[in-house]
Amino acid sequence: MNLISMFRRRDSAPVARERLQVLLAHERAFIGKSDLLAVLQEEIIAVIARHVTIERERVQIKLDRGDPISTLEIDVEVPSAAAAAALRDERPAMAAG
Amino acid sequence: MATVVVVTSGKGGVGKTTSTAALGAALAKQDQNVVVVDFDVGLRNLDLVMGAERRVVFDLINVVQGDAKLPQALIRDKRIDTLSLLPASQTRDKDALTAEGVTRVIDELRERFDWIICDSPAGIERGATLAMRHADTAVVVTNPEVSSVRDSDRIIGMLDAKTARAEKGERIEKHLLLTRYDGARASRGEMLKTEDVLEILSIPLLGIIPESEEVLRASNLGAPVTIGTPNSPAAKAYFDAARRLRGETLVVKVPAQRRGFVARLFGRRAVA
Repeated sequence: MNLISMFRRRDSAPVARERLQVLLAHERAFIGKSDLLAVLQEEIIAVIARHVTIERERVQIKLDRGDPISTLEIDVEVPSAAAAAALRDERPAMAAG
Repeated sequence: MATVVVVTSGKGGVGKTTSTAALGAALAKQDQNVVVVDFDVGLRNLDLVMGAERRVVFDLINVVQGDAKLPQALIRDKRIDTLSLLPASQTRDKDALTAEGVTRVIDELRERFDWIICDSPAGIERGATLAMRHADTAVVVTNPEVSSVRDSDRIIGMLDAKTARAEKGERIEKHLLLTRYDGARASRGEMLKTEDVLEILSIPLLGIIPESEEVLRASNLGAPVTIGTPNSPAAKAYFDAARRLRGETLVVKVPAQRRGFVARLFGRRAVA
């Protein structure tokens, strides 16, 4: 081992710090909140339904965990005006209030 | 008004029992009426660290199950008369501890003492959740090391979710006690620094206990470091932490890096 590697070897604390920050950001978001997706789905549907008529089966929510970022994918099918009108007559409960 | 403190960490071996004993003795020396309670049923050690292992007759489980009255199980310290110990059982397991029984014992202790310091077992199972159940304040014992910091983060989450206070929508005070801290290694970038741990866990700092031979010696002798060697740096750090627990505002001293003569002569290389 030469002198340079001896000096370099010591700086492991910054690596520890960074690894912990990434890990804990994930763990805090997901531990004890395994139903996070279900909650998100309900709330997102509620918000959209306030403004447009949608079918709840046509809302897909996907969460991808990654480093450095995670992505939340929300896929909402918005029916055409005619289809929406038909849907409103059929299921008034889902229509915008 | 009594204050219930839980000393907890998630990870084992970080210094919960040592810190319970040292903080309890420090508070008692500051004229507070203190009881330290061992919740580590089946693996009790607080009696040993307090030097009272030969005086245990009845324990927490006996009181919880109604086989003994609380005063029969309490062991008064021979050195400080405002300090008592409620030992855990060594022969039973954690299932002998019931939620109702623990509630009753804590309520009874609240009438007798100013401070009830609960030494939590490691882990996140029943013993640990019962130890934190009635806490008003938590002391989260953490070593400046990745696995300890991660486990502490998990415990902080549990304190905010599973304690009686949290369930009532009240706040539970949380303090970080950084133990086995080596200033020299931290300054060389080998060990997480205090500010790193504080930033990651984001709870206020109760104190920094330097890595010290005195702490090991204290356990060997059965005299908490705040009784055995009250002038050592570790004991002073515990005394300050006890004063902060009582609400005083004191500047936290970061343990200075100790360097021997040879190290100073040769700089960083010599201590590698």
